[in-house]
Amino acid sequence: MSMSRRAFLQTGAGATALLVVAAAGFTPRLGLAATEPAAAPDPRKPFQGHTLDEVVKAMGGSNAQQSSEIALQAPEIAENGAVVPLVIESKLPGTRMIAIVSEKNPHALSAVFNIPEGAEAYVMTRVKIAETSKVTAIVQTDKGFFYTDQLVKVTLGGCGG
Amino acid sequence: MRRRIQQMRKRLLLGGVIATALGASMLGAQSTSTEDALADYRAMFGDDNPAALWIARGEDLWKEARGSRKVSLADTCDLGLGDGVIKGAYAHLPRYFADTAKVQDLESRLLTCMVKGQGMDEAPIVKNRFGDGDRKSDLEALSAYIIDASRGVAMDLPMTHAQERLAYESGKAIFFYRTGTHDFSCATCHSQSGKRIRLQELPNLSVAGADARDTYTVWPAYRVSQGEVRTMEWRIGDCFRQQRVPELVFGSQAAIDLTMFLAKNAEGGKMAAPGLKR
Amino acid sequence: MADPMRIRATLTGDTVEVKVLMSHPMETGLRKDADGKLVPAHYIDTVKASYNGKDVMTAEWGPAVSKNPFLAFRFKGGSKGEKVTVTWHDTAGDTRTDEAAIQ
Repeated sequence: MSMSRRAFLQTGAGATALLVVAAAGFTPRLGLAATEPAAAPDPRKPFQGHTLDEVVKAMGGSNAQQSSEIALQAPEIAENGAVVPLVIESKLPGTRMIAIVSEKNPHALSAVFNIPEGAEAYVMTRVKIAETSKVTAIVQTDKGFFYTDQLVKVTLGGCGG
Repeated sequence: MRRRIQQMRKRLLLGGVIATALGASMLGAQSTSTEDALADYRAMFGDDNPAALWIARGEDLWKEARGSRKVSLADTCDLGLGDGVIKGAYAHLPRYFADTAKVQDLESRLLTCMVKGQGMDEAPIVKNRFGDGDRKSDLEALSAYIIDASRGVAMDLPMTHAQERLAYESGKAIFFYRTGTHDFSCATCHSQSGKRIRLQELPNLSVAGADARDTYTVWPAYRVSQGEVRTMEWRIGDCFRQQRVPELVFGSQAAIDLTMFLAKNAEGGKMAAPGLKR
Repeated sequence: MADPMRIRATLTGDTVEVKVLMSHPMETGLRKDADGKLVPAHYIDTVKASYNGKDVMTAEWGPAVSKNPFLAFRFKGGSKGEKVTVTWHDTAGDTRTDEAAIQ
């Protein structure tokens, strides 16, 4: 079974209005942005960014603030950078998005999680980290963008197992 | 002791303490050494081992009627405890099988069941013994499913048949046999306790004991670096590669005998596989 | 056809925790195979989970999510026995949907 990403996003009663609109995100590049003021940013564009600032900007924000209300649990040392377990939880009111950024990866943004009404601002996942670097958790609320980060050392050692 | 700390950490991590530790880098503050930090890393995987995907696929393969005879392994494959019995079967392998008149480990026995019992073609199964992404190995999935059914069962090899004792002695000889351009044996890396290569601990597998038990009982394992479940045959084969000696032939008596030596040294250890390895 | 996901949904108090394991290579497009050729990018780019016809999680992923992805999230208002549905879509246009009853 195969279907386009756009068709996928538009099928199913569950697709949020945001995503449906976002799937039509090619319009700004066709120069039609002015006639479609309601168009949300292209959800794939932030994946092109190389820094935290570029990612936040592509998400339609700017000047993300560091916040102690975001808990990022990451290993101090990752035995293998191919799998780095992360737990992110936000206590910021109105959290509607959690994202993961590693600035030393070929592309900084790893994943974006949209938090619908009724869902908790909590996510646990595993990501690849190219080399020892800070891992950053970005949170978007009604008030803007916030972040916290932690250094993860990546080791690749030995031959045994 | 280490294991207890790990379990405690795991309970803490899973128990929602995270929520109350907001803003604090909990793990960073607690770790006192590299080894503790690595234990923390492994504990963060909790019970969510991707090997579960292999187990599920293995169960389907075990129960599905396949091959030219259109029979399932669940109806026809004897792993030593009777046709289709998998619970605890791995804890008594390798063992002597009268129908093939040889000692077999799990992988070679599965191959016998698939080829002789189901009438499947041997060459593609062996060629595809180690999966890679979308190219999946039936043997790895079946091994994961069968070994999971021995979780918590203690390794127990009666060694009542002369060929089983012979396999052990032969495996032991191979373990200590120095060869190749580097004049290496298995024992070069694995005959002392408390050693490591870079960050990796090197278990002492040369004698029966805790090292041998703790190592054997977590294989096969989801190998994080490869994103695949790997079997004991794969692991031994990789040691051979690192020793720069010719490739260990899959299902060969040498591979089975070495497995027998390692399995016997793990006697009494409770199976905890598929495990998770870096 | 991709292998099924493994989904576990557990109700504790008034919160449902959903844990999902997906079978996927998550190729970055930067890795070379044994012959030195680049393996083309192939990764899950969208995930969505719904309960009772309502989204409880939607996600956009890049290739830096680990191979055989793991994802856990939580939502309120679920009942035991009811189903949580998870769908992923990848860059090759493949998609897979699985569901699990809340326990």
